Amino acid sequence: MKNKTTIGTWIGFVAILVWCLLPVVWIISLSFKSVEETAAGSAQFLPKDPTLDNYRDILSNGDFLAALRNSFGIAVIATFLAVVFATLAAYAIARLEFKGKRLVLSLALAIAMFPVVSLVGPLFDMWRTFGLFNTWPGLIIPYMSFTLPLAIWTLSAFFREIPWELEQAAQVDGATSWQAFRKVIVPLAAPGVFTAAILTFFFAWNEFVLAISLTSTTASRTVPAQLSYFVGPDPFNPPYGQLATASVVVTVPIIIIVLLFQRKIVAGLTSGAVKG
Amino acid sequence: MAGIEMKNIVKQYGDGFPAVNDVSIDVEDGEFLILVGPSGCGKSTLLRMIVGLEDITDGDMIIGGKKVNDLAPRDRNLSMVFQNYALYPHLTVYENIAFPLRLAGKSDSEIDEKVREASKTLELDEHLDRKPGNLSGGQRQRVAMGRAIVRDAEAFLFDEPLSNLDAKLRGQMRTEISRLQKRLGITTVYVTHDQTEAMTLGDRVAVLKRGVLQQHATPRELYENPANLFVAGFIGSPPMNFLPAKVDGNRVELPFGTVTIPEARAAKAQGRDLLIAGIRPEHFEDASVVDSDKVTDEATFTATVDVVEWLGNEAYAYIPFEAPDEVREQLTQLEKDLDGESLRTQLVVSLDGASRISEGDEATIWVDARKIHLFDPSTGDNLTIDPDNAGIIPGGNTMAKAEEVGEQQDGVKPSAGSSPS
Repeated sequence: MKNKTTIGTWIGFVAILVWCLLPVVWIISLSFKSVEETAAGSAQFLPKDPTLDNYRDILSNGDFLAALRNSFGIAVIATFLAVVFATLAAYAIARLEFKGKRLVLSLALAIAMFPVVSLVGPLFDMWRTFGLFNTWPGLIIPYMSFTLPLAIWTLSAFFREIPWELEQAAQVDGATSWQAFRKVIVPLAAPGVFTAAILTFFFAWNEFVLAISLTSTTASRTVPAQLSYFVGPDPFNPPYGQLATASVVVTVPIIIIVLLFQRKIVAGLTSGAVKG
Repeated sequence: MAGIEMKNIVKQYGDGFPAVNDVSIDVEDGEFLILVGPSGCGKSTLLRMIVGLEDITDGDMIIGGKKVNDLAPRDRNLSMVFQNYALYPHLTVYENIAFPLRLAGKSDSEIDEKVREASKTLELDEHLDRKPGNLSGGQRQRVAMGRAIVRDAEAFLFDEPLSNLDAKLRGQMRTEISRLQKRLGITTVYVTHDQTEAMTLGDRVAVLKRGVLQQHATPRELYENPANLFVAGFIGSPPMNFLPAKVDGNRVELPFGTVTIPEARAAKAQGRDLLIAGIRPEHFEDASVVDSDKVTDEATFTATVDVVEWLGNEAYAYIPFEAPDEVREQLTQLEKDLDGESLRTQLVVSLDGASRISEGDEATIWVDARKIHLFDPSTGDNLTIDPDNAGIIPGGNTMAKAEEVGEQQDGVKPSAGSSPS
């Protein structure tokens, strides 16, 4: 009986792995194939003649590197600002009694419910008037407003979990409200802060609709948008190898960041704070 | 170090819940004061007002001669041990203890010296690098105390620090706290609902009921001269027995028989119809083990013993009795106030371990009539009190006042239950 369950678990496990990772492996394999091979029409799974040409080309492509820089800058700044604002807002929502608390929360949720596409038109017009079109802030601002609600909700849930006594203990120990917040509350909410940060970063890094609509040059175009310009000389024969390589290159930072932050997201950090 | 003076302190929550009502307590420099009472009596609220975590609605809080009503907690220089310890889980034991010093901007060498000293006092040396999550309840408790003693605070405040420990550890920590306080000689205010802690630790004890101060006296004074039924029932374990009594001259008629009490006591209780007599369990004894010259007809009665609990050094005998309705109501209410539940009116008698009385026996019980207190059933006041040895008893009828406040409290919507116990 127990054996059967184990076997079943493993079959399910392998099935899910294949389902999820096969496309990824396919992209990686594509990135090592030469143009001749991808254009041949009857592609085999593994490259016949692995080559690093695609990587060499993509890393010497000025437009792509500019886009990569934009992606990084915009995603990092948007993440940082969103997390800072969300932390402060969530703390206030979790701790303070004020009028309109529910309104703030439901408003935040309402913002998150707007489809991005419906805002592209108005934003395009506004940004042109304000001179924000095709600039970093032009993307950072909408990214923040789309990620803040989720970050606020996640973080306020985390803050509610932290015993209020800890903050009071810090105050009795001689801390100002700000010190108590910074030295006790924020470290304890760290898993929440990192969760919010990762979600925000993903959104900003992967976002396409706003990125393609609110930019016009490589001065602020991000990688997802830039990839759509990878058409190659022959419109009927897109450079699959190059596209796959670019995909691999933009996926690597995400994986690194997740691995880095994963360590910080330690569950049960608050255990032992109170109660015997 | 400093004394703490509370003058007519009032706490009323935003929704009108009167948690603390006109409480005046004076804690002398170096004194160990206990705030005790059943849950919801406002003792924790009072403590939190001292430390500054609750606003004071009315009255003056004076620490070391300085009015601190409007000072933030960090400006009052008090240290507090919380009920749930409130250790910082992300910091090691060392850093937990060092936290107040770091905030005060002390130098690393000074911090190290003081933390080591505190950890030595509390025997935490081998745990300094561990996180609170890996410690046992008693160790956490000691870390919380380390954090309190590491800086030179004006006073220590304890909020039911032992309530999360098991019975054995509680006893040990109680002694430890007492020893520490005696050694450091620092003013201490300690909140508890446990009358044993109150009796053993305190230089003086303030008994609260529904946010009204009932009596503020030494443990001995509380025990021997309780101001009213509430204090009498709260202090002592097993609790004082309350019996319906009728006084005629110096003879007191109890459900089991009539005993003679000293003239001086009887005089204070003349001209009343029905009274409540309060007799502590240990003021009864098996007549057969008492010196024969003490045993007289005036001081003994016979009764059927229902249950006997033999503990070795002593035994508790339970004797049920019927109480008249006038008294029964008051006793039921009292039991409710003391967080108990009265199933039946019964007499608890503490017998010598040598007593051979067993269940179902018709026993002859001797009662020490000199120690009987008589209470007014309508107000709850102790009529036979010795005012010179009863500490401070606030004027007016405090028990009735507490009842009044209790009604107000119950009148506030149940959502007001946010008030801490």
